[in-house]
Amino acid sequence: MNEGLWTRCNNCQKILYKQDIIDNLKVCPQCNYHFRLGALERLQQLFDDGQFELLDQDIYPVDFLGFQDQQKYEDRLKDSQKKTGLPEAIVTARGTLGGLPVIIQAMEFAFMGGSMGSVVGEKVARAAERAVEEKLPLIIISCSGGARMQEGMMSLMQMIKTAAALARLSEARLPYISVLADPTTGGTTASFAMLGDINIAEPNALIGFAGPRVIEQTIKEKLPKGFQRAEFLLAHGMLDDVVERKYLRNYLIKALRLFLNRPEA
Amino acid sequence: MKEKLDFYSLERPIIALKEQIEALEGSEDSNRREKIAALKAQIEKEWEKIVPKLTAVHIVQIARHPKRPYTLDYIKALFQDFMEFHGDRRFADDPAIVAGLAFYKGQTVAVIGHQKGRTTKARIERNFGQPNPEGYRKALRIMQMAEKFGFPVITFVDTPGAYPGIGAEERGQAEAIAYNLKVISRLKTPIVNVIIGEGGSGGGLGIGFGDALLMLEYAFYSVISPEGCAAILWKDQGPTAVEQAAENLGIRAQKLFELGIIDKLIPEPPGGAHIDHETTFKNVDKHLGQTLKKLQQMSLDDLLAERYRKIRRQGVFETK
Repeated sequence: MNEGLWTRCNNCQKILYKQDIIDNLKVCPQCNYHFRLGALERLQQLFDDGQFELLDQDIYPVDFLGFQDQQKYEDRLKDSQKKTGLPEAIVTARGTLGGLPVIIQAMEFAFMGGSMGSVVGEKVARAAERAVEEKLPLIIISCSGGARMQEGMMSLMQMIKTAAALARLSEARLPYISVLADPTTGGTTASFAMLGDINIAEPNALIGFAGPRVIEQTIKEKLPKGFQRAEFLLAHGMLDDVVERKYLRNYLIKALRLFLNRPEA
Repeated sequence: MKEKLDFYSLERPIIALKEQIEALEGSEDSNRREKIAALKAQIEKEWEKIVPKLTAVHIVQIARHPKRPYTLDYIKALFQDFMEFHGDRRFADDPAIVAGLAFYKGQTVAVIGHQKGRTTKARIERNFGQPNPEGYRKALRIMQMAEKFGFPVITFVDTPGAYPGIGAEERGQAEAIAYNLKVISRLKTPIVNVIIGEGGSGGGLGIGFGDALLMLEYAFYSVISPEGCAAILWKDQGPTAVEQAAENLGIRAQKLFELGIIDKLIPEPPGGAHIDHETTFKNVDKHLGQTLKKLQQMSLDDLLAERYRKIRRQGVFETK
């Protein structure tokens, strides 16, 4: 959203008072369009009283390939760190949700499109390992364009790394809930985002393996309306539910209580 | 800017020599053995001149060379009694991935690989080696079958990538790959992967990871095709941007070996695998056999623990 008191909804184009959107969990009060959330905003909305402890904040990305397109990877990293105030595109936090201790990770799209490089992969793996160690459930909110090209094959390797760590969490019989926010595509979808005991998404979130432009160029046809949107995936059996942001926190609490067999609140 | 030669132009002198060898092989010439040996030595010399000039784009062209050996060629050359099994038991059979059982060095193994077509018709049938979700699910079915019977798994990786189509998305391309990765990480049997041509992103990874990753010298394995990377980051698909993307992505086998992603490099004959299939098969066989033997000497617990350690080592970052 832009600076100033007023803003225009990306979807219905209505001019809105910004505070009204913020008070509404960053959802348009007119058309229910879900604005993209920053990783920390997301955690504040979910944890009890907006309180949580950040973990693994000391891991930083490195430009080990000396990658340079129109800009150096090194500079892109610095810009993203400055813009977001975060070391990387994912944050890990521990706290309680409805009184239940839990680890939640949230991705930051403003950090290089939420792309997954070595650090994102490492943090997901560590979170899963920590969940096993501390016997905690894990929730990951994805928001990512996929693997980070600037780290070459090493970013692809993060797909197997996250999947392998989650396989161990699964064997420890601890619940993992994957929440897919707009957008979740590429190597992120094709690894940890699709591996939840349940996978849920926010309304209208773009979710897929290939991006819509790539598909359009490959098949040389226009894509059907609503293609690769959360509701489309739900209809095709790829999601357990589509959950509006205002219900997300309660949905997660209820799901955790069921998974953990805790009928009493 | 000076126009750079593509690999097909670079290899012309080698192709000419190769044609002379082929002509001699079919001839009655009494000195043909000596003559062929001399020509082979000449190929080697020509190749030594070309190798230092090879750019990352040339390597991509070698890896995609239409005469390069494909999965079924390796299966025919190195395995006995291959039986191909079809279908994912969910939706369809995917001809872009072949899978089945065969004998390798006197024991049953599961063998799985991407398959490209050699003719236009076959290319279309096999969707240019780009699998749909059914391909990954079939591969998984065969891997789990191998696990049940205690057979090792050998995979051959050669794909431009998983197919970006409407049906593929509807049927969960991402889920199919993700689920394979999860299961592969814990599969209770040795897995050896050989990157023989194009290691195209998630589409390659879906059957392209295990206990040992072997890679032919001029194959490549990349997070995205150089063309795709150029289009996104350079916003240009011209040859210069593609060249830069390919170099930046670090897709060469040697580089991946240095990064610890690849466990073993398999040398290719002078001119590349397509010039001399027999030598290529021999080289792959040697490394594959050695690797498999070593893995089969490990206990399953050690194998899985080592697999996880190897997976956990993937990544470069710093701690502050």
